[in-house]
Amino acid sequence: MEKRYVDRRGVVLTVLATGLMILIAIFAMLPFAFMFLSSLKPGQEMLRNGLSLTFEPGISSFSNYAALNTYRDGIYWCWYRSSAVIMIMQTAVGLFFGSLVGYGLAMYDFKGKNLIFTIVLIVMMMPFEILILPLYRMLIRAKLTDSYFGVIMPYLVPPFMVFFFRQYVTGLPKELLEAGRIDGCTDYGVFFKIMVPIMIPAFGAMTILSCMNSWNNLLWPLIVLSTNEKFTIPIGMGTTITPYGNAFDVLMPGAVMAVVPIVVIYLFAQKTFIAGLTSGSVKG
Amino acid sequence: MQKQSLSDRRRGGFLTDPKVVPYVFVAPFVIYFLVVYLYPTIATILMSFQRIEGPTSVEWIGLKNYERLFSRNYIQALETTARYAFWDVVVLTIVPLLVAVILHSKFVKFASFFKSLFFIPALTSIIVAGIVFRLAFGTLPTAPVNRLVQMFGKEPRDWLMYAGTGNMVLIILTLWRWMGVNIIYYLSGIQAIPTDLYEAAEIDGAGAVSKFFHVTLPGIKPVLIYVITITVLGGFAMFTESVALWQQNNPGGVGRTIVGYMYLMGFYKNNMGLASAVGLTLLVLVLGVNLIQLILMGFFKKED
Repeated sequence: MEKRYVDRRGVVLTVLATGLMILIAIFAMLPFAFMFLSSLKPGQEMLRNGLSLTFEPGISSFSNYAALNTYRDGIYWCWYRSSAVIMIMQTAVGLFFGSLVGYGLAMYDFKGKNLIFTIVLIVMMMPFEILILPLYRMLIRAKLTDSYFGVIMPYLVPPFMVFFFRQYVTGLPKELLEAGRIDGCTDYGVFFKIMVPIMIPAFGAMTILSCMNSWNNLLWPLIVLSTNEKFTIPIGMGTTITPYGNAFDVLMPGAVMAVVPIVVIYLFAQKTFIAGLTSGSVKG
Repeated sequence: MQKQSLSDRRRGGFLTDPKVVPYVFVAPFVIYFLVVYLYPTIATILMSFQRIEGPTSVEWIGLKNYERLFSRNYIQALETTARYAFWDVVVLTIVPLLVAVILHSKFVKFASFFKSLFFIPALTSIIVAGIVFRLAFGTLPTAPVNRLVQMFGKEPRDWLMYAGTGNMVLIILTLWRWMGVNIIYYLSGIQAIPTDLYEAAEIDGAGAVSKFFHVTLPGIKPVLIYVITITVLGGFAMFTESVALWQQNNPGGVGRTIVGYMYLMGFYKNNMGLASAVGLTLLVLVLGVNLIQLILMGFFKKED
């Protein structure tokens, strides 16, 4: 009797808990459904009836996607390229310097080490947004406005990466350094040949996090970039929304295309990503 | 002298000297900190005492920017930001925690599938996703949310026209985008709690609620502190979500945050001095709230 009661309670709880998760999953996926279904409809239909979760075979087609190629001479793909170039540059440079510094802080004991780590923590708690005015004036003086380098300049050594790599390397055995030295490597050789391969999961997690940040970044690129062709997707998409009507024909397929690549990368790498993200970010 | 050069030759030069190596590793961050954080912070403080009209015309005006600070628009932006930050911290700390606890319980089927799925919104650009939210909460009576409330017999509304409902839409957008990230942080903390703690609690006759408050919550305290700290920062420095729903220049100022106001003053009104003063109030606010939060959470106490 007791046993059966427990079993039935377990079944009820399983149904409730799983049902709740399904509801949340619907909440998470609903905007994507709206986005995709709307991308198939003519812009006029969107203006007239707004969003709806309907598929209308008569008027739905992929022709809006073809329109991305012709809208203002295919400027959408310029934004796309811009976003991709900035994302790749920012991530590559960030990973290089972030891992170098994080490794240095974790592997060595030296004067000033605690001070530097404290600065990393304080900087992580500072709103970057308040620095944009002097940074922008710096770019003007250096004649770097409207350049990709100007966009990535404030992210060359991302503090969150330094913090993450430091946490990650702290968990690795320090004997690796001694062993490498005995084998005749310089300390830099040890880092690049021995440590970097061991740190691959950390690189995986930081790659996705950095790509996410860069792909979504709005404020700083908005300030730095002024040529239409150099705009990133968030800035460019913003320009298609005007008080005089929205270019839905471009907006919706453009939104779908902006989501696809990063979701595909995520689906392939999610195991490493989640494992890496949780292994170092939140300990002590 | 001779000895020094001998050791140099053996080790291969100055840069490979064991005393120097650590500094080579951390040098990029030191330079970065000086250029990207320290100098701009000092410059912002100085600029807040200046009137700046173009690169060459700079005039010291003492505290005038601060005297002019508390305009109606600034107060409105401050209210918008504070309201958003408050609900942001409450909702984005609690909801993902509850979801993470449920996901971790043995009652959810396909838990890892849900975990991966909940993270997907975090991959999208807020501007792009915001388009859908703007339309979903649109003014048309046929907009999805208005249709939904009409099904419950309520009047359709202009959700984004008012501070209160506008803030609610912002929180929903934020919850949608960030919930999955916080769930992963929480799960990593929950999974690190030794299972025998739960077993011991069960032997003591603890129920699910009691286990949550006496085992789970103390066990994930470092994660909780981390999540609250970044949520406070994200909440007060919010800008993109607001642009996604209202664009940059919303006439009524509904939804304009402190960062939005700073951007408006600095780049549209060309008043960098005042904008700097605005930015500094934000810095003080964020650091102050986080400091209080960290003290309340016992972050600075020695672990026993």
